[in-house]
Amino acid sequence: MKYLCLVYGEEEKMGAMSDGECLAFGDGIRKSGHHLAAEALQPVQTATTVRVRHGKVTVTDGPFAETKEQLAGFYLIDARDLNDAIQVASNIPPARVGSVEVRPIRELEHP
Amino acid sequence: MSEDEAQRVRERVDAVYRADSRRVLATLIRLLGDFDLAEEALHDAFTAAVERWARDGVPANPRAWLVSTGRFKAIDTLRRRARFDASLAELAGHLAADTDDAAGSDDEDVGDDRLRLIFTCCHPALPPDAQVALTLREVCGLTTEEIARAFLTAPPTLAQRIVRAKTKIRVARIPYDVPSRADLPERLDAVLRVVYLVFNEGYSASSGASLTRHDLCGEAIRLGRLLVELLPEPEVMGLLALMLLHESRRAARTSPAGELVLLDEQDRSLWNRDQIAEGSALVERALSLRRFGPYTLQAAIAAVHAEARSVAATDWAQIVGLYDVLARADPSPVVELNRAVAVAMRDGPLAGLGLIDAILARGDLAEYHLAHAARADMCRRLGRTAEARGSYERALGLTRQEPERRFIERRLGELPD
Repeated sequence: MKYLCLVYGEEEKMGAMSDGECLAFGDGIRKSGHHLAAEALQPVQTATTVRVRHGKVTVTDGPFAETKEQLAGFYLIDARDLNDAIQVASNIPPARVGSVEVRPIRELEHP
Repeated sequence: MSEDEAQRVRERVDAVYRADSRRVLATLIRLLGDFDLAEEALHDAFTAAVERWARDGVPANPRAWLVSTGRFKAIDTLRRRARFDASLAELAGHLAADTDDAAGSDDEDVGDDRLRLIFTCCHPALPPDAQVALTLREVCGLTTEEIARAFLTAPPTLAQRIVRAKTKIRVARIPYDVPSRADLPERLDAVLRVVYLVFNEGYSASSGASLTRHDLCGEAIRLGRLLVELLPEPEVMGLLALMLLHESRRAARTSPAGELVLLDEQDRSLWNRDQIAEGSALVERALSLRRFGPYTLQAAIAAVHAEARSVAATDWAQIVGLYDVLARADPSPVVELNRAVAVAMRDGPLAGLGLIDAILARGDLAEYHLAHAARADMCRRLGRTAEARGSYERALGLTRQEPERRFIERRLGELPD
């Protein structure tokens, strides 16, 4: 079953993580068959938020909300069940300093 | 069949329900992979039992019969609903093809299913209040109304809580598993926390007129016994011992008028000696296994009290020693406070007061009414009446329970002017 692991953290703390560690983790979950997709994100100051209301498009600078921890990246994984997904998430290096939200994927239904 | 025979069959079904329905449910959840489906299947199986056992006699292995019947009823239910939902037809097919029943005739399998159920209900991915509600509902068999009443919650709120929990189990796919050896300590912690929470809710209501709701205490102890049977780990024994030892004092804890009676004033002849014996034996077993923790240590302390004929005869030195170990295992301010009270008994109120003042000076327990009540008591024993009054008043402002309020007011009234 598919889960999305959203990696959140305070940017100074995340900055201390090495890319090498994250790449090594990525290799690990490819070998274990968990990996479906994964990306790191540029810092939150590079974010842009788009909303459309009553047909009008509004573009603002910054993330959708100001939060203490910001979204830093994601891993889309295939896991046996929630325990398996939690196990994978707990090994994501930034989990040591930030938070990883694990959410099951919902398959959209055709009408 | 005569009316008498029919009545006997119904009584037999009732007896089997009381003794075994939870076990059958645990196995059905594993076989069917869904809580609601399993509950329906359980209900259908028992309904069928009333009719079929009257006709064919009670089966040699009622549990296995019920599991098997429940499974077939569930397949029928799914096939009926498959007319509206094709995915259910597939599920029904899987279940029908899966002939390896493991239908609970093997006691070890059944034991595992009950553990699976407990660990699933207490999964950390579920909100704590939902863990409690789900455990009471699925493992203990309480109705939603009973649980709601016990926790002073509106039944629809509690029902919604349980529905959400079952949904999360299904949608997030929380597995119906006993945790691996590696995960067991942490997951067991969660289970023990739920059980102790239920017990504490029953032992001293968090707010309200009556001090104890012993139905919940009974359920928690039953859960504790089940856990010791299935998973005889030291802390599991320790928790059961702790609950039994607390419960043994219930009759002495409140006066006939409903007033709070503290440990040092309790009529010890009212203590339940059977529960004390059972609790003490469990403490000894747990301590001998060495991997014990906070519950076992708290139980050991309670056992020292239970074995003492009077306050004066209590081995306070041993209690302080146990608190020293407990403080290392569970370094919380409340443990420190309880240790201070024991130190006061061993070394006099001045020593105890010094320890409590140190805790409060750090800013800990400032809002905890028992800290101020304990401080007030020590000041009272030292003849420092004004300080005692001040601390009792502080405690009064912080307590929400009626019997405790009345107790503190009484102590205030007893102070010399």
